[in-house]
Amino acid sequence: MSERTDLLIAIADDELFLGWRNSEWTGIAPFLEEDVAFSSIAQNEIGHARALYELAAAELGTTADELAFDRTPDEYRCAPLVQLRRLEWARTIARHWLYETADEIRLAALKASDDPDIAGIAAKMDREEAYHRMHAEMWVDRLLSTEEGRARLDEALDELWPYALGVLDDELRPELRRRAEERLGRELPDAEPVSRGAHEAELAGLWEEMTMVRRSAPAGTQW
Amino acid sequence: MVTVDDVWAALAEIPDPEIPVISLVDLGVIKDVEIEEGRVRIEFTPTFLGCPALEYMQRAMEAKVDELGAKAEVRVVLDDSWSTDKITPEGREKLRVAGFAPPAPREAGKLKLVELQRGGFRCPYCGSTETRLENLFGPTPCRSIRYCDACRQPFEQFKTL
Repeated sequence: MSERTDLLIAIADDELFLGWRNSEWTGIAPFLEEDVAFSSIAQNEIGHARALYELAAAELGTTADELAFDRTPDEYRCAPLVQLRRLEWARTIARHWLYETADEIRLAALKASDDPDIAGIAAKMDREEAYHRMHAEMWVDRLLSTEEGRARLDEALDELWPYALGVLDDELRPELRRRAEERLGRELPDAEPVSRGAHEAELAGLWEEMTMVRRSAPAGTQW
Repeated sequence: MVTVDDVWAALAEIPDPEIPVISLVDLGVIKDVEIEEGRVRIEFTPTFLGCPALEYMQRAMEAKVDELGAKAEVRVVLDDSWSTDKITPEGREKLRVAGFAPPAPREAGKLKLVELQRGGFRCPYCGSTETRLENLFGPTPCRSIRYCDACRQPFEQFKTL
């Protein structure tokens, strides 16, 4: 493992887990258009995970599938924000907006990387993420437009803010706070970040489900 | 001997698996074709990283080159070289005729939600620009859903990427 593969796998893990969490709305979102939206976002995120795992796998002499599915739960490096199972709409939207905003800050840094493979994938991801961000913005506008929506969003933000900080490295966190406070029109708590490397209880359940099919088949099975 | 032009012509016969009215060449996803000592090298870049048809398209390209009596090496390039501006004028017209509104040209700067929420996007059925955004997302990653207030028809809008 190098610093480069650590970085690629951490981001890929974020995108894979968030993709799975988004896909949990498929079929049960508040209305049909949101079933379509969250399913499509999930497909994009998992596609980003695949591309990043492939880049890491080429260096490590393994495959994207092995990186995605053959590790133990403790070995995943995803930020705790994406591990949480929050099937409540305001929490989903709060997580969506916080993650996409943090991701935009992170992608801007990666696009400037000296490593042409990383810079290239980051730029390609960013084109797709632009639609995720617009979707998140649209929902934040909608929640902020009513008192009840504002109250629910605020409650979700209070809970999730320390997790959002944990998506980014130290030096990028002030930028996330600046953007979030400006956009959401409120102060966010001074909290200790819930950082990468920590494992939430919900991780295990998702891991069970995500790896179930692969674990049920002998190694080397051709699908 | 197979020529580069033969290969481009053969690849132009491969339909996009999700929007079969348009070929891989129309879509602009073939970056480069080279022939070296009888081996055909194709550089190819997916529209979306989450495209589920990557392997299918790779195999289709290999099979086409096989028919020409040569062997192909298809290299998937995951860089930022593709955008919807790479769709050829012929490809855009084929999309429109099939009822997919072609993507608006990509402008410098950030895509903005308000711009997508405005009218101005042309309905592929009746040509009206009295259309509105219904969903940023659609049946495949590359499409949004819009609704035409003039002919009261929902339609698929190729995203600008």
